[in-house]
Amino acid sequence: MNAPEPNYLNAGDTVKSWLLTTDHKRIGILYLLTILCFFLVAAVAAAMMRLELLTPQGDLVMSATYNKLFTMHGVLMVWFFLIPSIPSVLGNFIIPLMIGARDVAFPKLNLLSWYLFIIGGAFVMHAIIIGGVDTGWTFYTPYSTAYSNTHVIEMAGGIFIAGFGSILTGLNFIVTIQKMRAPGLTWFRMPIFLWSMFSTSIILVLATPVLAITLALMAVERIWGVGIFNPKLGGDPILFQHLFWFYSHPAVYIMILPGMGVVSELITCFSRKKIFGYHFVAFSSVAIAIVGFVVWGHHMFVSSQSIYAGIVFSFLSFLVAIPSAIKVFNWTATLYRGSISLEAPMLYALGFLGLFVVGGLTGLFLAALSVDVHVHGTYFVVAHFHYIMVGGMVTAFMGGLHYWWPKITGRMYPEKPAQLAAIILFIGFNLTFFPQFVLGYLGMPRRVHDYAPEFQIYNVLSTAGASILAIAYLLPVIYFVWSLFYGRKAGANPWRATGLEWTTASPPPEHNFAVTPIVTEDAYNYPPLNEVGEHENA
Amino acid sequence: MPEENPIVAEQFEDAQQQAEAAHLGMWTFIATEILFFGGLFLAYTVYRHFYFDAFVAGSRHTDLFFGTLNSIILLTSSFTMALAVHAAKENRRRAIPFFLLLTIFFGFAFLVVKGFEYHKDIVDQLVPGAHFNPQLPPAAQIFFWLYWTMTGLHGLHICIGLGLLFVMWLRARRGQFSSTYHTPVELTGLYWHFVDIVWLFLYPLLYLVQRHA
Repeated sequence: MNAPEPNYLNAGDTVKSWLLTTDHKRIGILYLLTILCFFLVAAVAAAMMRLELLTPQGDLVMSATYNKLFTMHGVLMVWFFLIPSIPSVLGNFIIPLMIGARDVAFPKLNLLSWYLFIIGGAFVMHAIIIGGVDTGWTFYTPYSTAYSNTHVIEMAGGIFIAGFGSILTGLNFIVTIQKMRAPGLTWFRMPIFLWSMFSTSIILVLATPVLAITLALMAVERIWGVGIFNPKLGGDPILFQHLFWFYSHPAVYIMILPGMGVVSELITCFSRKKIFGYHFVAFSSVAIAIVGFVVWGHHMFVSSQSIYAGIVFSFLSFLVAIPSAIKVFNWTATLYRGSISLEAPMLYALGFLGLFVVGGLTGLFLAALSVDVHVHGTYFVVAHFHYIMVGGMVTAFMGGLHYWWPKITGRMYPEKPAQLAAIILFIGFNLTFFPQFVLGYLGMPRRVHDYAPEFQIYNVLSTAGASILAIAYLLPVIYFVWSLFYGRKAGANPWRATGLEWTTASPPPEHNFAVTPIVTEDAYNYPPLNEVGEHENA
Repeated sequence: MPEENPIVAEQFEDAQQQAEAAHLGMWTFIATEILFFGGLFLAYTVYRHFYFDAFVAGSRHTDLFFGTLNSIILLTSSFTMALAVHAAKENRRRAIPFFLLLTIFFGFAFLVVKGFEYHKDIVDQLVPGAHFNPQLPPAAQIFFWLYWTMTGLHGLHICIGLGLLFVMWLRARRGQFSSTYHTPVELTGLYWHFVDIVWLFLYPLLYLVQRHA
């Protein structure tokens, strides 16, 4: 028996060596485990809602409980799963490897981010256990400050604390990507994943503090009863909505840009081609981050916001479609005449493409003032953002996790079950959420636990889809754990992919690279196809 | 002498990369802070527009003397902070802790003056709520929660700045900073100037604007 090569996983096996680690790879693993716990709790809340909606009557939970379920689902999924999913797990693990660095710029700050995240998470979980919150994840005033008698302060406090973790992660990534790149890795040689993570980090740093101050003001009004947002006391509830969505709309891009970055890596690797229109794809990430800051008003078309503001916000929202479409067209053009192979990560990437297009196009419906008035507050909105958040981000996260799994663990996952899971996810997802477009168009409001009988058929379809979706989430848990023990050894570069992360061992040694690599070529420099359509040195 | 060769953390190639990363990190943090205060400035703008008369009445009740005195104190502290950084760059190593201590002194002086002012505000019933000064229009309460939140949050930042300055002073006394290595002093300076600049916006908004309208 040969002793295994020293790597980051066997560098220390005490609890302390994990809890006090400053290694970006171990912190990535810590994040992975914690967000999976939050995902599980939030998924159980979703399952209970879907069960309740199986019948038109409220027979499983009362309306008050239902309110708490969707609040818990939203808060946990948004702040404790989606926002940290790709950035804090895959970003943490991959960014330094991708740029040829030994670690992020501020490793201790990185660990602090995780602690802020779990402290915030502990507050939120405690608020749920002692009775929950019924305001919805948006905490709209004056309900949240004057009327709700649930644990609003504690839950908002948890989000406030976790927010500073997000800010520090964003700060760390900005500095790392800007200052720590290996010699020769110029901006325009960077893999697209880095561009999207850089854009995401800018949003994290500039938007999250606004959420922090908004939640703080909400808490001040709730505790001391001073008139900040409550119209009864002279405050302005619309100001709360403006401040909240100034953060929360860019936050939507925190929840999709990283997915777009991952998909760019997957599509190039599994069609063995350079990305089509590198500069366009790179700058479209930056464009989405910037334009994303000036579209928040489309959440408030029916809020009594001025109609002129509504018109401007509507047009600005349409603008986001341009960089998004540029990405989709460029990914498709990358596939064209590529040497495509359909391993699980690629199946997820292709699934992402389809689902993101549906989510994006229905976003245009919602950005159109008149259509939005009709479908505002209905299941149409729910279906739309789940196509982006779950169909887009979660699919991309799964794809990225499969793609980098051999790098993270040194083992291959089993291919056949993984492909099956990717297909089940696509089917289950569509069955869950497509009927909700119809429901919303027909007028079923969101956030209610009972509904008119004629909506039942679509709700049954949706609940059936959710149970299929659950299988698609459980399968990977089983075979990923299996692969840790029985998976084939991966080797440094199982996908024959380009990118510095594949030039070091799997799992990587503690400081990633024995010698700092020097980059001499563009990203995705796959060997060209020869005349008979085979790779030169395949 | 170990302090001549700053320790380069293992993730960095050299001291220059480390210093550049630290600077960019601090500037990014300040960007975050600006947006954090930004929410309050937006609220001020909106409510000043809604309740202009009440804001005029409210601003007449803030104490111009204390506010002006504090502006002078804080500007002076920024000056001594700049001198500390300058001394580090010029390698005048005894002067660094001296100027840092002076900055700490002015920072404390700011808090003391603010304490007297808060006391006077409480006596004058300027705290929003049931015991708010009945001579002021009710909407002036909105002016005053902004006053308390903004100055309070600013005061919190002064306290954090003082903590940083104290650590810098201890390290400077041990001779850890020189012309080759003074990034921490410089970054503390950046933070301190930022806190100062926030005050330079608070002072006119809360004390001066429309005072004599």
